[in-house]
Amino acid sequence: MNIQEIQNEIIDEFAMFDDWEERYQYMIDLGKTLPLIDQKYKTDDNLIKGCQSKVWVHADLTNNNIVFTADSDAIITKGIIAILIRVFSNQHPKDIMNANTDFIDDIGLKEHLSPTRANGLVSMIKQLKMYAIAYQTQLN
Amino acid sequence: MKVNSSNNFNIDKIRKDFPILSRKVNGKPLVYLDNGATSQTPTQVIDVIVDYYSNYNANIHRGVHTLSQEATDKYEEARHKIQKHFNAKHAHEIIMTSGTTESINLVAHGFGSLLTKGDEIIVSALEHHSNIVPWQMLCEKTGATLIVIPMNDAGELVMGEYNNLLSENTKLVFVNHISNALGTINPIEEIIEKAHQVGAAVLVDGAQACPHVKPDVQALDVDFYVASAHKMCGPTGVGMLYGKEAWLNKLPPYQGGGEMIADVTFEKTTYADLPHKFEAGTPNICGGIAFGAAIDYLNGIGFESIAAYEHELLEYATKKLLEIEGLKIYGTSKNKTSVISFNLEGIHPYDVGTILDKLGIAVRTGHHCAQPIMAYFKIPGTIRASFAFYNTKEEVDVLVEGVKKAKMMLT
Repeated sequence: MNIQEIQNEIIDEFAMFDDWEERYQYMIDLGKTLPLIDQKYKTDDNLIKGCQSKVWVHADLTNNNIVFTADSDAIITKGIIAILIRVFSNQHPKDIMNANTDFIDDIGLKEHLSPTRANGLVSMIKQLKMYAIAYQTQLN
Repeated sequence: MKVNSSNNFNIDKIRKDFPILSRKVNGKPLVYLDNGATSQTPTQVIDVIVDYYSNYNANIHRGVHTLSQEATDKYEEARHKIQKHFNAKHAHEIIMTSGTTESINLVAHGFGSLLTKGDEIIVSALEHHSNIVPWQMLCEKTGATLIVIPMNDAGELVMGEYNNLLSENTKLVFVNHISNALGTINPIEEIIEKAHQVGAAVLVDGAQACPHVKPDVQALDVDFYVASAHKMCGPTGVGMLYGKEAWLNKLPPYQGGGEMIADVTFEKTTYADLPHKFEAGTPNICGGIAFGAAIDYLNGIGFESIAAYEHELLEYATKKLLEIEGLKIYGTSKNKTSVISFNLEGIHPYDVGTILDKLGIAVRTGHHCAQPIMAYFKIPGTIRASFAFYNTKEEVDVLVEGVKKAKMMLT
């Protein structure tokens, strides 16, 4: 599936929830269950410091696609990371570079990408794009 | 403090003064418990702001026309209100600033020309970042050393250590009156007295204290005291620096730059008089006037009533929150204001804050710009509920139920 298709799929999934509680419970469950990053990559080099929560991101290039792994110390942040990874991981660098994150608005989680949240997510998305640019340069 | 709500303290009437308290957030009635970050503004202050821009908006101190005269009179009247409130000896000892942070930087900048290598500045372990960084910068510039008064597990300063740190090298002691992260009331009387015994000056940050207590700068014999209007029911972007006249005369101007004065010597007289020496440019005129109105408002309610009522809220909230299993409160000094910093075991404060926001409850989460305190407790941050005199026990109940719900969802 390409990035757009995955995003549409997520929007459909979230449309089934009636209220914020169900949405958040889903995110929290995502955050709890998914192993997101190998412990050896949870280094300071991979750390994005938010004022509120920390985010670690690691990227590998496999078969010309980028595989992202990430983690956070806050569970709701981790839930959103799980969604972002689902969208952006195993995709071609160029597609990641060109992708937008508007679907976050559609699933009612826009507030988490506000700079005032200082949860590291805005920087994380920037970092995903930076990795994409860097790997694209390698591929050229 | 004795629990004794004053007879004239009418919570229903007070709440009606604050229009924002009747709004909804995420479909729920707002429960505003982030007063430590900024307080809400009563109609009495909002009206002053509207009146200023509707009737006498003008630049001050320079116009001969009526509007300018009216604005100048009101602005200087506000300075006198602040002087009276803090019991400063002279009105020109009150410098209007953009807030506590600028006030602190003004003093730090001034000390840049007074310190040399070997001099020492003492700060407390309970400081806000804005209180640490300017002194670090000052030390880098002058070669002076920054020394820290440690704190204990209750979040109180270890005064025995403080006494040992003081010496003839100590030139300045900097401490907050009340900790923003934990609510601890520091023994500033003792800190000031001991510092003066070795000839050091003392700067007290009253940002967190002034919404709760009425400091008397002459009785305290403090050299510098700073505060922000926005934590005292006033607007953002305005605050004050109190400095003893002798000290303010000793410090070089802040904005405009000391270097500039040396080059353009005939300009020096424009900076010479207090308080204008430190008030370069057009100030926040409306903000200053509204600051005065906020002080009037708080005094109208009375600080004794405020302190007694907030103490009741603190006791009630502490008791109710501690009934939640796995909840830990940081900052357990007997001597504290209505701030409760807490965590739920195994749950990140950000997650709790997010759920509480969904329930219409505004709290602060994070390290509260006090990372050294968080490092001491080995935690990433806390959830901080800070109560004001317009909060109620019913709101405490909403908070407690919200925390329970967050705990249920997150575990």
